[in-house]
Amino acid sequence: MKPVTFQVADILDVCIAAGRVMLANGAETYRVEDTLQRIAKSYNLHYVNVFVVPTAIILTVQGEDGQDHTELLRMTEQQTNLEKVALVNNLSRQLAVSPYSPEIAKEKIREIEEDSHFFSETQRLIAVSIACGSFSLLFGGVLADFIPATIAGGVGYLVYTKIEKLIHVTFFAEMVASFLIGILALVFTSLQFGQNLDMIIIGGVMGLVPGMAITNSFRDLMAGHLLAGISVAAQAILTASAIGIGIALVLTFL
Amino acid sequence: MFEQFIPFLASFFATMGFAILYNAPARTIIPSGIAGMTGWFIFDYFLTFSELGNFFASGIASFGVAIICQLLARQFRMPVIVFSIPGIIPLVPGGAAYTMMRALVEGNGEMALHFGTQTFLVSGAIALGLSLNSALFQIIQPYFFYPRNNKRP
Repeated sequence: MKPVTFQVADILDVCIAAGRVMLANGAETYRVEDTLQRIAKSYNLHYVNVFVVPTAIILTVQGEDGQDHTELLRMTEQQTNLEKVALVNNLSRQLAVSPYSPEIAKEKIREIEEDSHFFSETQRLIAVSIACGSFSLLFGGVLADFIPATIAGGVGYLVYTKIEKLIHVTFFAEMVASFLIGILALVFTSLQFGQNLDMIIIGGVMGLVPGMAITNSFRDLMAGHLLAGISVAAQAILTASAIGIGIALVLTFL
Repeated sequence: MFEQFIPFLASFFATMGFAILYNAPARTIIPSGIAGMTGWFIFDYFLTFSELGNFFASGIASFGVAIICQLLARQFRMPVIVFSIPGIIPLVPGGAAYTMMRALVEGNGEMALHFGTQTFLVSGAIALGLSLNSALFQIIQPYFFYPRNNKRP
């Protein structure tokens, strides 16, 4: 049975849409590359070259007539939504078993992209606050530090998201947020609400710390994705220094 | 008695908090929390009861977390990162990074270098554990998980 063939341009659109959703929601670059390869191969395209960095996707495929088709996608905004990554990943596996027509596939990807049954801002704020409080305990704080760190972390994260939405300069948002966390920690400890200034600050800023970026950059580098690894590392260093400057400003008051 | 359990509860809640922050699917959040807690347990065990030091303790812990995450990923049929990104969060060297920054501000270069190196090495160890694990699973996957045919539904 000869497999059904589709327009190459349509398949490219499917691939790029899938790649956009994955990359915009925090998938690693190598996972995006793998998924796009898989999708393109499930539509019987054999010459597939895909290049992904955290800010762009370049995809070239060769149709059956020998013509090359290329599409470039520039990424600007990034967030983390692991469920969307999982959904697109599962879709790509379904496609490998039984390819839908490109129109249906695109429709399904659009559904995933616009899906919004996820955790609300408030739920995430509460979650990150509790995580911040827990971190202050984890790094050696006492129980009295839990609530101050929770409040500081929650306020810091809230301010960070608000400023980020307002002016789109991540560096500045992180700096202001960590400055506020430091001030709050200083106020709390001087009011005898909480004991260790250090633990409250560490816990509070954990919501902003680029832990994921640090580890992902190492993984990308080890997997041979040098460009992606270095750009993610640059992002991590930038975030870390934003937090550092914010906290340093507070510590000079000591 | 209660004091000893605080770190475990803390790592459990920290992991779950980050899983929610990263919008992990709702039914995976508690399993991720358990993975993160196990990772902290392994890290703490090797740091306290052996002479291995931070680098090896974090590496072994992240390897252990990654094993759990691989098994969970197969159980739930989801990509590994859904579990591993929140799962390794308790191991991330946030404390060392902060101490380095503070030492820098205070002009204590020696201490800053010490904690900077520690941050760098620990994040390298975490990544190494994860990468070694995914390489291992790619090798053993055909034999253990899909022995008859290598295709997933």
